[in-house]
Amino acid sequence: MLESLMFIIMSLIIIACAIGVVFQKNPIYSAVFLIQTMVSLAVLYVLLHAQFVAAVQVMVYAGAIMVIFVFVIMLLNLNKDDLEGDRNKLPMQKPAAIILGLMLVVMIGVIMTRTIYQGAQGEYTPEVMDQIGNTQLVGKMLFTKYVLPFEIASILLFAAIVGAIVLAKKQIIKEEK
Amino acid sequence: MVVPLTWYLVLSGILFSIGAVGVLINRNALVIFMSIELMLNAVNLAFVTFSRQQNSMDGQIFVFFIMTVAAAEAVVGLAIIIALFRNKATVNVDDINIMKW
Repeated sequence: MLESLMFIIMSLIIIACAIGVVFQKNPIYSAVFLIQTMVSLAVLYVLLHAQFVAAVQVMVYAGAIMVIFVFVIMLLNLNKDDLEGDRNKLPMQKPAAIILGLMLVVMIGVIMTRTIYQGAQGEYTPEVMDQIGNTQLVGKMLFTKYVLPFEIASILLFAAIVGAIVLAKKQIIKEEK
Repeated sequence: MVVPLTWYLVLSGILFSIGAVGVLINRNALVIFMSIELMLNAVNLAFVTFSRQQNSMDGQIFVFFIMTVAAAEAVVGLAIIIALFRNKATVNVDDINIMKW
């Protein structure tokens, strides 16, 4: 009962904040709404017995990634023109996009509710997971079954660091006007 | 009473659709990036739900990797936005069309 109540409250917060992200004019408000969405999603992960994912969601998403976003928004110092931005090159775009979005909701909803997911059940039931510890199981899998993807992820992060520095550093070549 | 896992999947679908609409209607490159993060979060929720449904850990490991990719994508994307802003002094995607034929 408590779980259902928690789910309903959290999902309402998530949907409201996600709509806030999309329809806010000011990007800094969008960022704050997005942080709230991610923290509420972490609560849902706890309900799903994925405590490690919940912790990482708060630390990496709501912490690190959103700090970069807020930092860039502050750094760019957008003027009023950019924030309003209602020149409307495509006047029908907004209603058409919302109609398409509603269609997407219906389609995904039909697929998700009608499909019967039958697969081989794994060994990690919530009882087993609570006994061993979710974080310990994640660590064990990362360094046994998924050790190669784990190493490739480190290479990806390295490439991202190099790419970000190369892209954002001061341009030496002057752009010809 | 336990929440049916289908509800989580439907919530994930709604979240993904809101993100997709955000990509379509926004003109600010930063908000478009945030909408992409919303869609990635929706997929993460679906992964964790399936992982719980199958009593398996693999979905949660996938979420871990998706977060890695999302972090890399956000960093490189924001670097591109900074570089563009330095050249054109705008983040409106209608004005950034130098690669359009």
